[in-house]
Parts: sequence; structure tokens; C-alpha cells
Amino acid sequence: MSAMNYTTTEMMTVAASRLLKNGAVCFVGIGLPSAAANLARLTHAPNIVLIYESGPIGAKPEVLPLSIGDGDLAERADTVVSTPEIFRYWLQGGRVDVGFLGAAQIDRFANINTTVIGNYNKPKTRLPGAGGAPEIASCAKEVVLLLKQSARAFVKKLDFLTSVGHLEGGDSREKLGLPGKGPVAVVTDLCIMKPDEATKELTVMQLHPSVTREQVQKATEWEIKFAADVKETVAPMENELSVLRELLHRTAIAHGQAPAG
Amino acid sequence: MAEITSLQSAIGTHLHDGDTVAMEGFTHLIPFAAGHEVIRQGRKNLTLIRMTPDVIYDQLIGAGCAKKLVFSWGGNPGVGSLHRLRDAVEHDWPAPLEIQEHGHGDLSNAYVAGAANLPFAVLRAYAGSELPMHNTNIRFITCPFTGEKLAAVPAIRPDVTVIHAQKADRKGNVLLWGILGVQKEAVLAATRAIATVEEIVDDLSAPPNACVLPSWTLSAVCCVPGGAHPSYAHGYYDRDNRFYQAWDETSRERETFLNWIKKHILETEDFAAFQKALNESAKEQLV
Repeated sequence: MSAMNYTTTEMMTVAASRLLKNGAVCFVGIGLPSAAANLARLTHAPNIVLIYESGPIGAKPEVLPLSIGDGDLAERADTVVSTPEIFRYWLQGGRVDVGFLGAAQIDRFANINTTVIGNYNKPKTRLPGAGGAPEIASCAKEVVLLLKQSARAFVKKLDFLTSVGHLEGGDSREKLGLPGKGPVAVVTDLCIMKPDEATKELTVMQLHPSVTREQVQKATEWEIKFAADVKETVAPMENELSVLRELLHRTAIAHGQAPAG
Repeated sequence: MAEITSLQSAIGTHLHDGDTVAMEGFTHLIPFAAGHEVIRQGRKNLTLIRMTPDVIYDQLIGAGCAKKLVFSWGGNPGVGSLHRLRDAVEHDWPAPLEIQEHGHGDLSNAYVAGAANLPFAVLRAYAGSELPMHNTNIRFITCPFTGEKLAAVPAIRPDVTVIHAQKADRKGNVLLWGILGVQKEAVLAATRAIATVEEIVDDLSAPPNACVLPSWTLSAVCCVPGGAHPSYAHGYYDRDNRFYQAWDETSRERETFLNWIKKHILETEDFAAFQKALNESAKEQLV
């Protein structure tokens, strides 16, 4: 196998961006989800509608925002509404196709923790908290999760369940009566997982090029299941890589950081 | 009618020890100058409400002004942790901090309920989440019409809301634009409200439907140019991302934090003096 000309983070961002369909209405979290969503917009999905929880709808940022409310998001949006309106009319109103989120911990049913590591009342690490995730996890028609894979993040039992995925599997989410379908994919730097149709347990559907099953298992605390016909993710195309790198380069310059690489 | 006055006088008159205070601004228009004045005047035992307690609440918490925090996302946006918030929650320093946490949709709805003078807000969320187990202010109700189970949270009614905006006119009518966050609702939900502004002008020239808070919804209006720094004021100045990045280091240790607060806030007279001290510190670091 020839040496890779891309990083595992680039593979992950590209793989996630490919899941977003042109024209989809996408509620975007900050960080990697925002990078992947904007990559989709700049490549195969020019008509994707990006919504940020601070208020911009149809955002078309020139550089990736450092914060969820950067001015560039507002400048280039179709419209900017208040935060209550974003959550009431647009998310809860059922207008969001895909919620695109990150997390600190995830379990086998794609429930996520962004609240604490350790005990809630005496946490080892206090994380930022829920943000808009509980509402996005409830109301977006579908959710795509994006996080790096490690045994510390992919845990048997969450320290705290902040936002619901498929709860205890099977039809347990359906019984909650939430409007959204919940997580439909988890994209990591190693693979793409999807919930099994019946059990809702995360199952590896695609391995990124040169990633082994052992690597994925080592980076997962529970015994991870693989699909009968695991496919290999198509490596990032030249166009995807160059657009992503240009975007990150513009971003670094705009935020006063030394451009990477 | 809002009184057009100095920030020192507005905080001194309207924001008291033990008050429930909301300083809002969703990344944009964060009322930093007002937060500094609260620290400078040594307010204690505040219950602080804010959807996204960023660096401004990190400063207030580390300086010992707060006893409780009501929030939905507490981090340094794009950088990482708020070290002073974490130190208070994880190690009770400088004092134990009670926390009550929500989601964004929840808190923004709770402000709307406060502005509408309703006792609670209703939303579709939290089924399956553990947050309601740790926050007894998140409960569930059954819709009397459809039977659907929905989440309910009490309305937020701050004693004081503090915001920053772009412009006021000479009567104290205040105009803001860009990312509006939840500021209008937070002002209308509060008993008293203070707005700092970039400038005071003869005529707001606001188009119909612009976000204008009439003078009579506010207690005080203060002209504090740059008062949202290091956040930004759309049309006036950009976000100072370097400050947010540097804050990670400044706030990581108690001693460097306390020195920073002493030098830049406690030993300066007002926001203009703070800005001068900050510029001098920046120059020293370049040498």
C-alpha cells in the first residue's frame, strides 16, 4: 500500500461531508461538524442549508467560525433570526433534516455525553455541557455524529447521558415518542458505523483505507460488531482534499493562527 | 424611561449583592465592560444566568462574585475549557458554585416565557436524557389536547439583565443587529435592565421591524465604546480571537488569573482604563 497523502482527520471530515445531500437542511455543531458541513457545501452540495444555533440560516462562511456566533456567519447567511426562534420555529418546527454533532463520549446505542467525566456532583472533568444537543437529538429528522475513535470516548457505559441516541436499543427510542429518527451514522477517523436496523447497536459498515478491524476494536471499549460485508471507504479525492485544505488555510489566517502544514 | 448614565452608576444603582443576573449575548455583543464593573464593585452571591457562560462568567466566577450558575453550554468557544468555572465546580475555588444546567432550546424558551409573563415554557426535548435527574427544574407535562408528553421548565425572571448593543438615541432607545441571541427576551423578562452601547446618536435610523428596545423597557443606558471586547460588535469591530486563545493560559492557574484581574480590573478605574492597561500588557508581551 502506498503512503497516504492525507491525515486520518481529513479522511474523517471528507467521509462525513459525503453523507450530506445537496439541498439538505443541516443544523451544524462547531468544530469538525462545521468543517465537514462546509466542505460538503463547497464540493458536492452547493445548495445545502447550514443552520447555526446562534441564529444564521443558510450560512455560507468564507472561513470556518471559531465560535458558533462569528460575524462571518451572519454576514453571509440567507437570514439571521434570534436564538429562541432557531430552536422553536426551525428545529422544533421540524425543518431540520440532519443534526450534525460531536461528543466527548458515545455508547453502543449512540447516546452521547457532553456533560461530565466522572460523577456528576463531583466530576473528574467538567465538560462544557449540553448546548443545543438534547433538542437537536430529539427533533432533527436524522443525526450524524462525528468524533475521533478511542476507548476513552467509545465506552461501555456513559458517565452521563446528555443527549439521547437509540437509548437501550430496539424500539426504546421510538417509545419515547420523539419526532426525529435519531443517529443514522457515526463517522470516526477509523470507520463509519450505522445502527443495526433491529437492535440499533452501532455496526461498522465501512473501514477507512488501511484501517484494520483490530484497530477499531482496540479503540472501542465494548465488543464492536462488523457488518457482513464491510466496505472500504473511498480515499479522499484530490478535489475534496484541496478544497478542505484551502478552507482550513483561510481559516487559520483569518483567526490569526499560523497556517498548518 | 432609561437613564443615560455612567456604567459605574448604573451597576451601583441597579445590580445588588444576591441578585439574579443575566448577562446575555450569543458570542456577539457580550457585555464585558459591565461584567468588569461588577467585579470592580465587588458584588457577591450573584446567581448568574447565561446560555453560554464564556470568558465573562469565567472572570466573574473566579473573582468570587457568584454563588450559582444557570447555563446551557460553558466553554471558551473554539478554544476549550473555562478553567475558573471548572476550578469552582471541581474544587470549590474560590467558593463552591451551585450549578443548574439546561439545553439551549430549553433556556431560550425559558427566557421567552419570562418575557411573556408565563410561569413556564414547554418544549419537545429531554426524553431519555439524564439532565432532568440532576435538575429538578426540568419536568414533564402532558399536553391537555393531544396527550403528548413534553418538557416544562420554569420561566426565567432575572432581577437584572445586562446587554451590550450597537446604538442608542438620546432618549435611550436601543438598537441591536446581527446575531441577536436571546437579548430582547432577557431584557423583557427582567425586573431591571442595563444596556451598554457603542455610541449614542441623534437618530437610530432603524428600519421597521429592526430589533429596538424602547427606552421604557430599560433602567439605564451607558455609552461604553468597545464594551463588548473581546467579543465583537457587528459593524464596529471583530472578535478578538487572540484574547480568547490567550485566556486559556491566563486563566489556567489561580495566581496568574488573580494577577490579571488585579492589574486590569481591580486597579483600573473604568473600561477605558482597562483597555489602556490591556494594551500595555500586550506591548510588554511583545518585547
